[in-house]
Amino acid sequence: MRALAQRAAESLLLFWLVVSLTFLLAHLAPGDAADLLVPPAAAAEDVARIRRDLGLDAPLVEQYARWIGGVLRGDLGESFATNEPVSRVLGRALPVSLGLGLVSLALTFAVGVSVGLFQAARRGRWSDRLLTVGSLSLFAAPSYWLALALVALFTYGASQWGFPAWLRLPAFGLTGPAFTGRGLAWLGEVIRHAVLPVFVLSAIGAAGIARYARAASLDLMRSEWVRTAAAKGVRERDIVSRHVLANALSPLVVLLALSVPGVVAGSVFVEGIFAWPGMGRTLLGAIAARDYPVIMGATILYAALVIVANALADAALVWLDPRRRT
Amino acid sequence: MARPTSSHVTRAAKWSLGALAALGLAAALIPALATVDPLAIDDVLAARLIPPLARDAHGQWHALGTDRFGRDVFVRMMLAARISLAVGIGGSLLASAMGVAVGALSGWWRGATDRLAMALSDTLQAIPRLILLLLCASLWRPGVTTVLAVLALTGWMGIARLVRAEVMSVSSRSFVDGARVLGVGEWRMLARHVLPNALGPAIVATTLGVGNAILLESGLAFLGLGVQPPSPSWGNMIAGGRDLIVSAPWVALAPGMALIATVLLCNVLGDALRDRLAGETAASLADRA
Repeated sequence: MRALAQRAAESLLLFWLVVSLTFLLAHLAPGDAADLLVPPAAAAEDVARIRRDLGLDAPLVEQYARWIGGVLRGDLGESFATNEPVSRVLGRALPVSLGLGLVSLALTFAVGVSVGLFQAARRGRWSDRLLTVGSLSLFAAPSYWLALALVALFTYGASQWGFPAWLRLPAFGLTGPAFTGRGLAWLGEVIRHAVLPVFVLSAIGAAGIARYARAASLDLMRSEWVRTAAAKGVRERDIVSRHVLANALSPLVVLLALSVPGVVAGSVFVEGIFAWPGMGRTLLGAIAARDYPVIMGATILYAALVIVANALADAALVWLDPRRRT
Repeated sequence: MARPTSSHVTRAAKWSLGALAALGLAAALIPALATVDPLAIDDVLAARLIPPLARDAHGQWHALGTDRFGRDVFVRMMLAARISLAVGIGGSLLASAMGVAVGALSGWWRGATDRLAMALSDTLQAIPRLILLLLCASLWRPGVTTVLAVLALTGWMGIARLVRAEVMSVSSRSFVDGARVLGVGEWRMLARHVLPNALGPAIVATTLGVGNAILLESGLAFLGLGVQPPSPSWGNMIAGGRDLIVSAPWVALAPGMALIATVLLCNVLGDALRDRLAGETAASLADRA
């Protein structure tokens, strides 16, 4: 319990450091917000007024205190582009990204671990080699390229080769533009739209996890207790699914937490290309518009997700592995 | 047994190194020798959006077709390979140099230096690297220099941790005490005796980092935050073909395949190097025991 409390305190400290670093980076950059907001021909007093309104003429320490105070109260400033509070912009986008990310993470993990175990059981055979080549190639593919390739397949390819109607998957948005359904119909529409983005996100992640799971379980298979189990006559399938998997669970939880940043990063491009109204698309839009409050807000929110994921993984490890309970 | 034998590993490493060298050579020669100019926009109407393996109205043959301005996709791809390879290797080397410096100093001096450096590294690692890259790249003016700087600033943390741990373990070995007794100074000790023995993991991480750096560079270029047109890079070529993906998919898909092949080769090379060095470390540990 004390260890968990200490871990929570460390996470908070880390979050404070991230928030400070984001502030520092934004202030190290050449020029400030006022230069972006006013037209080049504006009079000097107008520029000075805007600077005063934004609090940019205050000493750096005061600006920093105001930024930290705002973050603590959940106030991340206002978007330059729309004057909407940043927290509201991000609050709208977060559920979309969380849904996409969590579903992809679960699939990444399930598919990656099963493929890795399957390969370890069939090591050296052609199916193992084929999957190795496949996972190496997927792991090397940029998510935006894979997304574009799928868009090409389901638009250009679908019309070229005459895909059946059920296979004509929509490639843009959360729902169709004219869709007004509610309840189950809405859910079905969203799921149909989610197939391609979720596929891209989980395929790349699963490729990485499969490679790790294969190597890790091969290491475990060389251990003495596996030899003992084999000598007792336990079937190979049972050795893999019961003994090896149980011992591989702790490192896999760590891996799950470590793959959160990857899914987050992948979702930026995937949301951008499939036009999903999530955090990634919000961030890309803000970058294109130089909307710094939104960029900074999104950065610290992403960091918060990573910090929370790592803390949860630590808690899960304590729960999974009795040796860690001291 | 299941672990790839060393001949396996070296064969994979040799193949990927050879293929990367061939790619580098092609990138150097093909744009210089090609009969078409990869940057010039001539007769757009006669040459634009020619599909792969076809001739345009002037009888010019295009291996991978042409883009919307009638420029040859294959020759542009090879020109882009120069930038992508240079930025990938350069960015990874810069990040490693920074990581080695920070890791060596904090592993050697420990104390406040170490705590400060590790706090900074923890903080940077809490932000997903792509997000950090986007934040920095959007704050500064886009271009090759920014991309290199940003790759170094966001990529040093992992290597710093590796080198720090190695330096700490090497500095407790007896040859370091021996050198100290002989009166070797601090800096000389770190540079000549400790660091060379602590670089193995950093070399592997640098090799594996090249593929990652190429991917990140292409991502930035895709978003318009990296290499700026008219200079082609794989990322901005894919971006240029994005809205043609339905009518002329080869414009975006071809550079992506070059990118995947390159990153794949870099990763195979890095993995082979890691297995080899890991094997050596295990062997030397066994010797010591």
